[in-house]
Amino acid sequence: MNTFWSIWIIVFTAITIAGCTWLLFANRKVEVSDDTKEGESPKTGHVYDGIEEYDNPLPGWWFKMFVGTVVFGVIYLVLYPGLGNFGGVLGWTQVGQWEEEVAEAEAKYAPLYEQYSETPVEELIANPEAMKMSRRLFNNNCAVCHGSDGRGSYGFPNLADSDWLYGGSAEDIKTTLVNGRQGAMPALGGALGEDGVDNVAEYVFKLSGREHDAKKAEAGGQLFATYCAACHGADGTGNKMLGAPNLTDGIWLYGGSPTLVRHTIRNGRNGNMPAQADKLKAEKIHLLTAYVYSLSKNQ
Amino acid sequence: MKHEIVEKNIGLMIVLIVVAISFGGLTQIIPLFWQNQTTQPVEGLEPLGPLALEGRDIYIREGCHVCHTQMVRPLRAETERYGHYSVAGEHVYEHPFLWGSKRTGPDLARVGGRYSDDWQRAHLYNPRDVVPESNMPAFPWLFENTLTGKDTAAKMKALKTVGVPYSDEDIANAAAPFANGEVKEIDALVVYLQQLGTLLTQKR
Repeated sequence: MNTFWSIWIIVFTAITIAGCTWLLFANRKVEVSDDTKEGESPKTGHVYDGIEEYDNPLPGWWFKMFVGTVVFGVIYLVLYPGLGNFGGVLGWTQVGQWEEEVAEAEAKYAPLYEQYSETPVEELIANPEAMKMSRRLFNNNCAVCHGSDGRGSYGFPNLADSDWLYGGSAEDIKTTLVNGRQGAMPALGGALGEDGVDNVAEYVFKLSGREHDAKKAEAGGQLFATYCAACHGADGTGNKMLGAPNLTDGIWLYGGSPTLVRHTIRNGRNGNMPAQADKLKAEKIHLLTAYVYSLSKNQ
Repeated sequence: MKHEIVEKNIGLMIVLIVVAISFGGLTQIIPLFWQNQTTQPVEGLEPLGPLALEGRDIYIREGCHVCHTQMVRPLRAETERYGHYSVAGEHVYEHPFLWGSKRTGPDLARVGGRYSDDWQRAHLYNPRDVVPESNMPAFPWLFENTLTGKDTAAKMKALKTVGVPYSDEDIANAAAPFANGEVKEIDALVVYLQQLGTLLTQKR
């Protein structure tokens, strides 16, 4: 704040406090009218339509409370920021207090997380204390998509099975958490046409050993080799480098019904796991990795 | 000063009342208009693009700000849950602010990038599908209503007059993202939500 506005604020604050104080004391005593009779309350001499006004000053306790607020205001402005650039003798700031609170909590909680940061994930899953902590972290940060049991739902991968889009090693899981993942299945409706979509869908059913129309599947196989094999592999077992799902295992992230499989082929899918790198500290991500790793190990 | 003078001159009384009640504003509000802390954008702040701008108007229309604040206060309990506390510089291009004053749902100041687009869509279609205990209303009509973008340029122009730095090019291209006629309200709203508060980060 520049000096002008600092002075501006100080001047107006001072005028406000002085003005309130003056008003309080100036109205404390009113000139009493001469025609006040013996034994009657004093009158102010104000007469409107024949109605006279008694002189009833504020009760003492009320008046003192007003004075108290003025005194409080002055003391507050000395101790805390309020008068322009003057920060108060206590040196208090809102952000300063927040930093203090955070530092205090950090000193208390950081060692709890750090004690596990050097332990490999494979060992950590045998530590019940660490698993308890990581479970809470999971519920706070991951459960809203993947479910409180980690079993996912339509569009959100099940973490408690052994099917992994991007790999299920501790290292792969950590990479997923830190950097996030961006699945990108292109929409093929335009390239394939509605018949093509239908044929490829039948071929996908064949891959996973489901009931299918053999003739359509055969036509679909040709299309699959051209349009799908680059990501899903020639045999349809997927590619963990790209997060292309295995189509032969009967696990369907976006539903396995004929309608939904056709919809996926026609319109594509864009799964997105948000990166946690700039949201969560490394020690917490380490614990979460262990929790996710344990989910599939304990099934 | 005698009471009588003030009480019997209504014009004078009006003047004195105006002076008395203006002091609070003169001290607490007026200086903010000239402070860097409140007038300078944070690093990287850009005016909302056409989709996000329309999304913001849907956010206002549906009354999201009635139940959701966009203001993380500098208290540990809040920064632990939502991330970095809000600063004034993040909101300099907002007219009006959507800070809100009541949290029936969680604060949304830093919701951008926290969930995937798919999650936001599923959640807005029916919040119970992803958060079983949620009491948020469902907004299924957002998936049906199409946006034409015919007013987007006018909105940008209006915002420009109050100091949002839209370029002439921005305004000329305002309707472009809507040209294919397939942009639903939900798309714009998700774009708006996904950019909220992404400029300041804090690990927790």
